[in-house]
Amino acid sequence: MNAPSSNALPLPHAATGQETGWLYGWITTVDHKRIGILYLLSAMVFFVIGGLEALLMRLQLARPNNSLLSPDFYNQMFTMHGTTMIFLVGMPMLIGFANYFVPLMIGARDMAFPRLNAMSVWLLIFGGVLLYFSFVTGGAPAVGWFAYAPLSEQAFSSSQGVNYWIASLLILGVGSIATAINLITTVVSLRAPGMTMRKLPLFVWMSFITAFLILFALPALNAAIVMLLMDRQLSSFFFGSFRGGSAILWQHFFWTFGHPEVYILALPAFGMISEVLPVFSRKPIFGYEFVATSGVVIALLSFGVWAHHMFAVGLGHMADAFFAASSMLIAIPTGVKIFNWIATMWGGSLRFTTAMLFAVAFLVHFTIGGLSGITFSAVPTNWQTTDTYYVVAHFHYVLIGGTLFGTYAGLYYWFPKMSGRMLSERLGKWHFWLAVISFDLTFFVQHILGLIGMPRRIYTYPDIPHWATLNMISTVGAVLMGVSVLVLLANIIWSLRHGQPAGDNPWKAWTLEWATTSPPPEHNFERVPPVRSRRPLWDLAHPENPDPPIAGKTAPESPYLEKNFVGMWSFILTEATFFIMLIIAFVYYTGSERNKNPHALADLNLQAASVFTVFLLLSSFTLWRAEKKLEQGRHKGFYVWLSATILLGLVFILGQGREYLGLFHRGVTFNNSLFASSFFTLTGFHGLHVCVGLMGLLIVLALGWAGDYKAGRTEAVRTLGLYWHFVDVVWIFVFTTVYLVGPRL
Amino acid sequence: MVTSNVFHPSSALAQAIVNLFKFAFVLSAVIMLLVGGLVTYCILRFKGRPDHPDPRPFYGHTKLEIVWTVIPFLLLVCLMVLTVKAMNASDPPDKSKAPDIVVVGHQFWWEARYPRSGVVTANEIHLPAGRPLLFRLESVDVIHDFWVAQLGRKMDMIPGHPNFAWLQADQPAEYRGACSEFCGVQHAWMQIRVVAESAEQFATWEKQQLEPAPTPTTPSAERGARLFQQMTCVNCHAIRGLPGNADARAGPDLSHLASRKTLAAGVIENTPEGLTRWLKNPQHVKPGNLMPNMFLTDAQTEDLVSYLQSLK
Repeated sequence: MNAPSSNALPLPHAATGQETGWLYGWITTVDHKRIGILYLLSAMVFFVIGGLEALLMRLQLARPNNSLLSPDFYNQMFTMHGTTMIFLVGMPMLIGFANYFVPLMIGARDMAFPRLNAMSVWLLIFGGVLLYFSFVTGGAPAVGWFAYAPLSEQAFSSSQGVNYWIASLLILGVGSIATAINLITTVVSLRAPGMTMRKLPLFVWMSFITAFLILFALPALNAAIVMLLMDRQLSSFFFGSFRGGSAILWQHFFWTFGHPEVYILALPAFGMISEVLPVFSRKPIFGYEFVATSGVVIALLSFGVWAHHMFAVGLGHMADAFFAASSMLIAIPTGVKIFNWIATMWGGSLRFTTAMLFAVAFLVHFTIGGLSGITFSAVPTNWQTTDTYYVVAHFHYVLIGGTLFGTYAGLYYWFPKMSGRMLSERLGKWHFWLAVISFDLTFFVQHILGLIGMPRRIYTYPDIPHWATLNMISTVGAVLMGVSVLVLLANIIWSLRHGQPAGDNPWKAWTLEWATTSPPPEHNFERVPPVRSRRPLWDLAHPENPDPPIAGKTAPESPYLEKNFVGMWSFILTEATFFIMLIIAFVYYTGSERNKNPHALADLNLQAASVFTVFLLLSSFTLWRAEKKLEQGRHKGFYVWLSATILLGLVFILGQGREYLGLFHRGVTFNNSLFASSFFTLTGFHGLHVCVGLMGLLIVLALGWAGDYKAGRTEAVRTLGLYWHFVDVVWIFVFTTVYLVGPRL
Repeated sequence: MVTSNVFHPSSALAQAIVNLFKFAFVLSAVIMLLVGGLVTYCILRFKGRPDHPDPRPFYGHTKLEIVWTVIPFLLLVCLMVLTVKAMNASDPPDKSKAPDIVVVGHQFWWEARYPRSGVVTANEIHLPAGRPLLFRLESVDVIHDFWVAQLGRKMDMIPGHPNFAWLQADQPAEYRGACSEFCGVQHAWMQIRVVAESAEQFATWEKQQLEPAPTPTTPSAERGARLFQQMTCVNCHAIRGLPGNADARAGPDLSHLASRKTLAAGVIENTPEGLTRWLKNPQHVKPGNLMPNMFLTDAQTEDLVSYLQSLK
């Protein structure tokens, strides 16, 4: 980077409590710690709501032929329970901890983009409220969290619920992607001197990997639900069962998102366990490189296993066997993690605090969840157990036994840092034993229920031998799980007032977050300790016996990539994924529809499109000239080239408008063929991006007139330039697909 | 006893899956014992007290890492080989021939067609025991899944994407199954009753099902037959032999309704009382199903019941 690091720019200043009152302070906060707490509080509220939904379901299933809930209401309950627990509890809870602790653990002052961070948390809250608003519009969605088409189409789900579900998920998706960009940039650009990637605490590593998973997985969901929304609102038929629509494509898109999502929910918990186990075993983590690398391997593999959710679809033995093998491979890096965690405990001096107890419970239960997963990767056993209670048991062992127990460990470990007070260990032990016993009671029997034939998502069942007994046990367990959560809430509320003061480092831990006060000041650190090894605080406490130093680049000034550059590149990666999904959809539908509608593509105007393509590509050249002029300090030239860019962009948009009008005249409208639907979706989203770019360029122009770039602050121009070039590159692919390859499909 | 237990297979197809299951369970149990044992040993052996000094730091061991990467990999290779074998054994690839039975998923019932004989029935599927049968699985609305655990694999029924599956029952007996893909409000009441019979019994059943529906013999049943034609019943339900729309497929074929044990995909018994309850208000018995409440008078209900009960 040629400019000096802009990472030291002053943070935006929010009103403090003293100035305007505490509520205003929380609402306007851009402090990563307060935002982290907002995330955790929202997650906790939705956790209670989602838990109550689960309890209602369990009460309905307690007896055969029960009529406590109506069938439709039961279906709403499991849809909302799944959606809530995944999008409004799991992700926010893990993102909340990442928000709070990633900057602290790398010795940074805040996240890279504090205002974007605040936007993310409010998108979460509004997205959640919007989802629940569906109840007062005539019923929540009742199509399952996976919303399989065609059941989720207008023809079979005509109430507003699914529309709210889509709108809410889009908002939550935007918020999650913004957070992912923020986390990646923070880790890449804001690490303290000496905190090289090979010294990153493992929780930071796992959060960093999770951010990439979000970056690449969420666009697949966004593309799918945008297409579903168009089906429902604009009468296209992407996923309809008639006129060439494909119910199976929905499943491919959904699980392309859905399986990485499992690791979005699991990896941060792996990270927490990798922090908690060493501290309470009084030993460094065993095999740091292997724990970190296995996280990367899991993330990479997770994008190649989605169809193991679809073995019953009938994709053929070849596809099934491929996805079976890739799914089985994931067991290897996961096993590596488990064995490294056990080896960390081996030979240690174990301290059984509540945090450690939950970490041990995690090890055992997550292993059970992993082993029952074998059933789903091995195709024939999947053909029996998929969509039964065996699956319900399996993934609750992963998500509660794994993710939730891991997060409980993290909560007991980090609560003192966040609040300045210890959680009560006495209540903690109550919470631990209740949580573990009730969980096993609820979910272990569900393995058996699945194997004796009980399908998922049924609101009631006939009186078949053993079903009633096992279901009753499960319900009793669920009620006890509710009690365990009450104990946790009581512990938090009691400890916030009466808990033992924590001090800076109550656990004698070794990572940087423990080097500041509890809770940390707004600016986090008075002074970040030197980072020479993976355990800087160990080195500080044992100067006679420090950890072996880890080599790495520690140039004193500007050691890392500039943050706007990193942020924009992350954004470009996620946007590119979104366009790849739309291009896949276009190719799929155009290819499959050729037989029925051979003239659809003849309506396109290749000559005109080529000319307007040249205009758009020229605009990249002019913008590059503008950047050069600005670097040379020649402002007049800068304005001229920038204005030329804007004009060229406008001409392209007008050209697109001309193409659209021409198609309308020939009767090609959005919903009269799959070709038209996917064409307008793909080019429309590109056009939208061009418009956003034009607005950005106009703002830059206005800022330039106002004299903003006189001081040499050119990041905005360079960052926006990256975006503009990206939009042009996307057009090259869109143009090639639609105008050059499309007619030959 | 009618069960739906995966571990009571009634055919070589289902048995192949159980065998794979057993291997997976043994493998899982061994790994679980290993992990659980190591964790327990750590808990008992390495419990420390707050005043204990920190143990000597230990950072890793590359050879161990290789061991616990390679051994699981080898185990997974075994599992994969067995998986592919079991795939071929439980789901034989030869699906080119004409299907023996076509099952069509509807919200919320099953239509069963026997292309060789032309029999059409619903919800209760009779089949000859002792030989593999090729099922063609379709859907007319949303995605359903046909699952009778003891006979073989489950298979999705996807609109516009017909699937095929081999199923077999070795023993003449009744088997229970259910829809295994969420398909809407009454997904819970899409039960399947499979009746496997000896070849002779099955032939008798087919012959009887092929007969046109019996003509009503009592005055009440005659009135019921007229009601069936005059009201909208015939628009959705076919009764072969009765003038009207014999091709109606929106609801189950009722030509031999009285030969079936249950109504509406298993929600109630097919008795005069059950049928009366159903006809009085189907939305009360199975809320959200596609049969509307016809607001029948008691007399109308009685006539319809006696007609439908006569359709042996």
